[in-house]
Amino acid sequence: MQAVFFVVTLFLALLLALLLALSPTPLHAQEKGISPSRQGELIHLLKQDCGSCHGLTLAGGLGPPLLPAELSGKPPEWLRDVILDGIPNTAMPPWRPILNEDEVTWLVKRMLQGIPHGQ
Amino acid sequence: MANKERFRFTPGLILASLLIAGCSQLDVATLRGTGDMGIIIERAAGNALVVETTHHSILARVEGLGNLSHASAVFSRDERYAYVFGRDGGLSKVDILRGRLVKRVVQGGNSIGGAISQDGRLIAVSNYKPGGVKIFDAETLTMLADIPAVYGHDGERSKVVGLVDAPGQRFVFSLWDAGETWVVGMHDPQNPQIRKFRDIGKFPYDGLITPDGRYYIAGLFGEDGLALLDLWNLDAGVKRILGGYGRGEQALPVYKMPHLEGWAAAGDLLFVPAVGRHEVLVIEQKNWQEVGRIAVHGQPVFVMARPDSRQIWVNFAFPDNDTVQVIDVPTQRIVKTLKPGPAVLHMEFTPRGEQIWISVRDDDLIVVYDTETLRQVTTLPADKPSGIFFTSRAHEIGL
Repeated sequence: MQAVFFVVTLFLALLLALLLALSPTPLHAQEKGISPSRQGELIHLLKQDCGSCHGLTLAGGLGPPLLPAELSGKPPEWLRDVILDGIPNTAMPPWRPILNEDEVTWLVKRMLQGIPHGQ
Repeated sequence: MANKERFRFTPGLILASLLIAGCSQLDVATLRGTGDMGIIIERAAGNALVVETTHHSILARVEGLGNLSHASAVFSRDERYAYVFGRDGGLSKVDILRGRLVKRVVQGGNSIGGAISQDGRLIAVSNYKPGGVKIFDAETLTMLADIPAVYGHDGERSKVVGLVDAPGQRFVFSLWDAGETWVVGMHDPQNPQIRKFRDIGKFPYDGLITPDGRYYIAGLFGEDGLALLDLWNLDAGVKRILGGYGRGEQALPVYKMPHLEGWAAAGDLLFVPAVGRHEVLVIEQKNWQEVGRIAVHGQPVFVMARPDSRQIWVNFAFPDNDTVQVIDVPTQRIVKTLKPGPAVLHMEFTPRGEQIWISVRDDDLIVVYDTETLRQVTTLPADKPSGIFFTSRAHEIGL
């Protein structure tokens, strides 16, 4: 009986590990209810549309660079608020009409990790 | 022995094959002019497509131009070479006849655009970082002058925008952070003569010059209005026009900076994008007064006149960037709203304006329209296309 339980537990653990390994996106993002296709759209938006000022590779342009090295040390909550509400008297617009808070929180997390070039 | 003989022949064979390869690109059968040619930027891949507009064909793909997000190009006066300015500071010289990269230098960390001098001998590149303008020999791409955009008392450097060429072997540009316009005389490339105009307005975002080369106008992002400089009379200084066109209303968010490219002028009227409102402003050039505003689909990015000035074509910033609108100049009304596809980034008219090529980034497509019927003529595949530049720009002041 104990042996069966052990095998089942092992099987479930392996299954979970496999799912984690195969999952294209971190599980915490799923928890926020952002679907993989929406995540793809958000990365596209980050590179292309944020990129019109911050550069396609986020290395900076009219706006400052958004690479992990530049963003580290800045509180994620502050970054989220800047994206949602913009910075008055600068070229940074508020994205609240386009993005919701969960989406921006997810984006900030990804920006702090760095976006692989091929993605 | 046999080995030795083969070894001896090899250099000759290589030379012969090189000659054949070289000749095939200058074959009599392909001998042609370049007046109907141009390039299209593939922004993510870092390529320039060499195209021709008579048969809507792609002639070559020139690779290895670096990061071309926000790339632009000017042409040599013989319309053979394109100078491509990349975001990564790269300046590339492309031989469009041979479909080949001739030379590439990385001249700055973060550049935004460039211009070619009146005599075709100098290439100027404007940089965000380090802020300033660098001047290169158009033949060799050797740097001749470095003009740091220093302002204020602490030696700060400003991002440079709105760089154009002007008659009298001059370049004109504006300083985003400093709110200045500089006119630089380049008769002696080693010794640029700089004249600075301060307090032109807050955050100039781009500039343009009239086709006669007389007026330079900088659009302002930080306030409602434009800054006008008469290059025939520099002593008169910069004059603010259309001050307060927003009339104190709350500006709408701007998700992409508008561009001032060429001179969207018809007769005495000038059409420019409003900033932070979904309007095209109409200015009478006679007295530089606003004489109208046309409500449009979104924040205008490019507002471009067909070469005969009968129509104005407008594209828009995110999230309205799937749309292009056509304004009829005599009535100042929108006559057509087109949906070329997701993320329209740029438009370019054929030299006499019977067609317009439009880049649709997210469809990986160039869509060509007939400007009279306003119907689609054809499409061409392109990898995330952005800027489209035809060689007819070679002979226009400021382009």
